[in-house]
Amino acid sequence: MPSSALTAAHPLKDVTSSDSALRRFLHGLPGVDAVGLEGRAASLGTRSIKTTAKAFAIDLAISMVDLTTLEGADTPGKVRALGAKAVRPDPTDRTAPTTAAVCVYPDMVAVAKEAVAGSGVKVASVATAFPAGRAPLTVKLADVREAVAAGADEIDMVIDRGAFLAGRYLKVYDEITAVKEACGTSARLKVIFETGELSTYDNIRRASWLGMLAGADFIKTSTGKVAVNATPANTLLMLEAVRDFRAQTGIQVGVKPAGGIRTSKDAIKFLVLVNETAGEDWLDNHWFRFGASSLLNDLLMQRQKLATGRYSGPDYVTVD
Amino acid sequence: MASVFAYAPAPESRSVVDIAPSYGLFIDGEFVEAADGKVFKTVSPSTEEVLSEIAQAGEADVDRAVQAARKAFEKWSALPGSERAKYLFRIARIIQERSRELAVLETLDNGKPIKETRDADLPLVAAHFFYYAGWADKLDHAGFGANPRPLGVAGQVIPWNFPLLMLAWKIAPALATGNTVVLKPAETTPLSALFFADICRQAGLPKGVVNILPGYGGAGAALVVHPDVNKVAFTGSTAVGKEIARTVAGTPKKVTLELGGKGANIVFDDAPLDQAVEGIVNGIFFNQGQVCCAGSRLLVQESIQDELLESLKRRLSTLRLGDPLDKNTDIGAINSEEQLTRITSLVEQGEAEGAERWSPACELPESGYWFAPTLFTNVTQAHTVARDEIFGPVLSVLTFRTPDEAVAKANNTPYGLSAGIWTEKGSRILAVANKLRAGVVWSNTFNKFDPTSPFGGYKESGFGREGGRHGLEAYLDV
Repeated sequence: MPSSALTAAHPLKDVTSSDSALRRFLHGLPGVDAVGLEGRAASLGTRSIKTTAKAFAIDLAISMVDLTTLEGADTPGKVRALGAKAVRPDPTDRTAPTTAAVCVYPDMVAVAKEAVAGSGVKVASVATAFPAGRAPLTVKLADVREAVAAGADEIDMVIDRGAFLAGRYLKVYDEITAVKEACGTSARLKVIFETGELSTYDNIRRASWLGMLAGADFIKTSTGKVAVNATPANTLLMLEAVRDFRAQTGIQVGVKPAGGIRTSKDAIKFLVLVNETAGEDWLDNHWFRFGASSLLNDLLMQRQKLATGRYSGPDYVTVD
Repeated sequence: MASVFAYAPAPESRSVVDIAPSYGLFIDGEFVEAADGKVFKTVSPSTEEVLSEIAQAGEADVDRAVQAARKAFEKWSALPGSERAKYLFRIARIIQERSRELAVLETLDNGKPIKETRDADLPLVAAHFFYYAGWADKLDHAGFGANPRPLGVAGQVIPWNFPLLMLAWKIAPALATGNTVVLKPAETTPLSALFFADICRQAGLPKGVVNILPGYGGAGAALVVHPDVNKVAFTGSTAVGKEIARTVAGTPKKVTLELGGKGANIVFDDAPLDQAVEGIVNGIFFNQGQVCCAGSRLLVQESIQDELLESLKRRLSTLRLGDPLDKNTDIGAINSEEQLTRITSLVEQGEAEGAERWSPACELPESGYWFAPTLFTNVTQAHTVARDEIFGPVLSVLTFRTPDEAVAKANNTPYGLSAGIWTEKGSRILAVANKLRAGVVWSNTFNKFDPTSPFGGYKESGFGREGGRHGLEAYLDV
């Protein structure tokens, strides 16, 4: 058995002592009223962010992007291009911040690492049999160890949704703690729930707490490979979870909505959610990320618009 | 509040609304001076700026307006319902077309945030006219027997908290059922009603069907006692409501009264806590708490009191108070100096009686009428702040141990307008809702309104229902 991420002195240590204790704890969390949650997310979406606040938000959002390529057809050339873009998102304006990270499959970590060397941009890798997660634990752990050995700064793992939906919470917990251990001290762990498959908000809250109890450094909505990915409501819910978890344990955990966030306007709405739910302690790329590649170009075009007063167009930003 | 993410001001443009320096009374399709030439000023509560000078209706004007309405009633009530519906639909569409203008106007005159006028008031105003337009030709099927008849001239007096929405609640069903109207808006918020008068002209509504008489209580009183008024509809304070009830007692006039409230918002220990916190905030800080159905008494189960209060205080710290025309403002100005004085004195009394007062760190603008969002903890049923309607952004927090105790405390009030229940247990919602003596019981939400849903009170919160099919009854001879 892998060692738990929670130390013996941890206030919530006991809740992971058995499958039934864990179930009792997760099912004892306050429920989520879907109508109210979505209403709150929509109402925060009406905040009007203008001028200096907008400029701040756009730069902040750029610095939070995990620029991602996760295709079967990925090549070293593609990954190098992505790395170059992460380091210098806008070739016409060197004041544009770098993105937070590039995110690639494990076999591309070394290439990515070289592409962003010296820039401060992190390399994240989706290990653990992404995106289905349907592989034996030994395979998942090997996947993680390879990525870490190749220099990955961050590991994005998917949970076993099958085990979660079957109520085998301790199995999910043990897998996360095992992966966390495989990450060692050099890589931060992002735990992906695939919220679209968990289906209910109650499940998303339980998964969030489960992930945090098991030692996740980040909780992440989705892989971007299913129909429903990040939404304002599920991200708001996860922000509530990290806020409450810190209040109870003192441990701060990051949040990463992924998939489907394409426009600056949407990204700014997510930043408003962060600001007014978890608070400004989460307003930097150590604690909040966007898993959204096509978002970056829209942010850059909006940034050019603020700088010049005119809209440019897709040919004024790079395709990758 | 210094934050790394400080929202730059995002003011809504005032240029969409053109406020004239003066307005007359709207009688028989024309804007006219008051018979005695009296005028009063209406100010913007957030800045104390004088917005316009308004003709002040007196007894003679009331008489003129009632006569005009009486005359118009003959033709208006004889129109087929489908014809009246056309006018109402037209009014509804014009309200939608002019909604930005009306939202800005309402915010200027009332002090409430543009976010609320834009997203709550105006959509509901249009929805009420659409809804009752739909009923106008279906009255035979409303369940009040075949061919129900209108009452005649309706004298309507409305408050300042939702000026245009209260107008819609009163005028839409009255016109749909074939009555004609003399309406007195509140003295602090007459402007949107006068703009509505203009909309009536724009819609080609026959003269005299709607008459608007801005003025003070005296005009309202004259309207209520006028012998040619067949129906009185009043929304406002319980004290005035009682006076109206005494005045019309023994006359053939029909009356509906929508009065004060001290709504209980009951949070059980199995509630969806984050959404309950939102519901509590919405229940008491919507429209600065100047809502008759506000959830001004929070009844929280003792076992979760600390957790809930901590969340609530954190949430209150994120409320943005200030310029109501800023699209990011959550809390606007108190409607008048008089109301601010009343809130202040009740809050001081609460402190003097030993309740614990708390407000988030919050800077108040220098001019205008402002009151910071306020919580009272350690409140008991014996405290004034648990009994009297404060009509401001002040929440009293009480605790309970069992569902029976919650119901007993919720009902232990002279009022009975609204209540809220927060629990994840469906059977508890139904069981508790059945025992609450309140006109509206929300579960896992608060302050939700819809034209299809009747609204009204028990006990000192008044009688009669507005909205929905039930709202037709008050304007029909059934």
